[in-house]
Amino acid sequence: MSDHIVKAYDKELEILGRKIAEMGGIAEKMLSDAMDALVDFDTHLAQSTVDSDPRLDLLQRDIEEQAILTIARRQPMAVDLREIIATIRISGDLERIGDLAKNIAKRAIKLAGEMQIPRATIGLRSMHESAAILLKDVLDAYNERDSERARAVWTHDADLDALEDSVFRDLLTFMMEDPRNISFCTHLLFISKNIERIGDHATNIAETVVYLVTGETLPMDRPKGRTTLSEAPTTVI
Amino acid sequence: MNDVSNLPPSHEVESAAKAPAGIPDRGLAPAVNSVAKIRLDTISNLDQKVSIRNLNFYYGDQLALKNVSLPLCAKKVTAFIGPSGCGKSALLRVLNRMYDLYPKQRAEGEVLLDGVNILRPEQDLNLLRARVGMVFQKPTPFPMSIHDNIAFGLKLYEKLSRSELADRVEAALKRAALWDEVKEKLHASGLSLSGGQQQRLCIARTVALQPEVILLDEPCSALDPISTAKVEETIDELKENYTIAIVTHNMQQAARVSEHTAFMYLGELIEFGVTAQVFTSPEKKKTQNYITGRFG
Repeated sequence: MSDHIVKAYDKELEILGRKIAEMGGIAEKMLSDAMDALVDFDTHLAQSTVDSDPRLDLLQRDIEEQAILTIARRQPMAVDLREIIATIRISGDLERIGDLAKNIAKRAIKLAGEMQIPRATIGLRSMHESAAILLKDVLDAYNERDSERARAVWTHDADLDALEDSVFRDLLTFMMEDPRNISFCTHLLFISKNIERIGDHATNIAETVVYLVTGETLPMDRPKGRTTLSEAPTTVI
Repeated sequence: MNDVSNLPPSHEVESAAKAPAGIPDRGLAPAVNSVAKIRLDTISNLDQKVSIRNLNFYYGDQLALKNVSLPLCAKKVTAFIGPSGCGKSALLRVLNRMYDLYPKQRAEGEVLLDGVNILRPEQDLNLLRARVGMVFQKPTPFPMSIHDNIAFGLKLYEKLSRSELADRVEAALKRAALWDEVKEKLHASGLSLSGGQQQRLCIARTVALQPEVILLDEPCSALDPISTAKVEETIDELKENYTIAIVTHNMQQAARVSEHTAFMYLGELIEFGVTAQVFTSPEKKKTQNYITGRFG
């Protein structure tokens, strides 16, 4: 893409893009730290993960303010308009991913003392691997303005949904085996839900990237990894 | 007569575009320059008030419009954008044969107004200019009263009683959103009005003749934001009854007031499409560069 006649305009867009990259880096790190803290019972790491969330919130607010100012100043059109709308949307998704990672870290602190069955986190770890890949891919897709890569993320989120299902079944088994497992298994269930949501946000970002690059919106319903979604949670309650 | 689904795709329009004049043609495909890809489904169902087909325009030896084809849809606003010298104004001047006033300028191709080619030599120019009205970049009120500015043209074309004339003047001023500001001083000079009011007076003068098509050549370029907003409001109201073509350098204005947008560059039609699409995700790189301020 060639430069704008007004150089300050390019600068503003560049700063927005850089802030998204920073947010992406923080969100990725928060997620992997929170999961490491969970698996290794590392309460220090968990706490520092919780502490890094405000930075993410601040960046999101920055991006919003900057984007609004740029709209007011430049009346962006076409790809520039999509670019700015994309930064607003993506920063919102990344901020939510940070919140979800923070929630995982908080649960990791609680679980550090009472984890009865360490192997109960194995399923969560593969969910995390899958989510981390989605997040990395979608951030790369944003960086490279690669709509094909974004589209791949959009379809692969289904894998994560399928994994969540199997984690749910495992945890249910542990809980039925011994009622003393219920407390920590419930935390783990929430964590699996959090990771699944992170996958959803990655999918949202993928949709935004496709819109940013092509100007087209993806269909409303994306491929699902399971058919019994609505039944699964109700059996718990 | 012509089923839209039977029309050839746009890259085959060359032969179809030479359909004999006089046949009303509802389909868009024959009227589209092959360079410009259009969302056919959105525009092709609309009535074409004007069909410009394979239009070439010359200033002496210089080719100012190169094989331009596009429709002006009935009761819609079509905006023409593009850098200076791209042929927007030339195109507008063809639509009411304004160029005929200058000996070395000529047009080739077809411009169908309700299916009839207005470029044919026997076209009655006075009648054409009554049907296709024009408002220019700078307000051009006649040095006479506000009332007479509008009545002057009316009296040339129609025999009206004094009271009929007064009604028509009032109606025109209302249409141009000027009535409330001038109703107390209809006999003051048109030149005593502010720039924005003068421009709306010119719009009223055009509207008074009840044309079918209104051409606006940068109507707001000399106006302040409030007058601009009033002119835009006027355009919004006018499109209920008229087919409007507007040339503007203000991209935001084009995005605000028009349904369809044509982007021109160096005499060629680069892109023509639904305004909402052209300004959010244009098909052509050149269009994108121009509307995002990356040109040159």
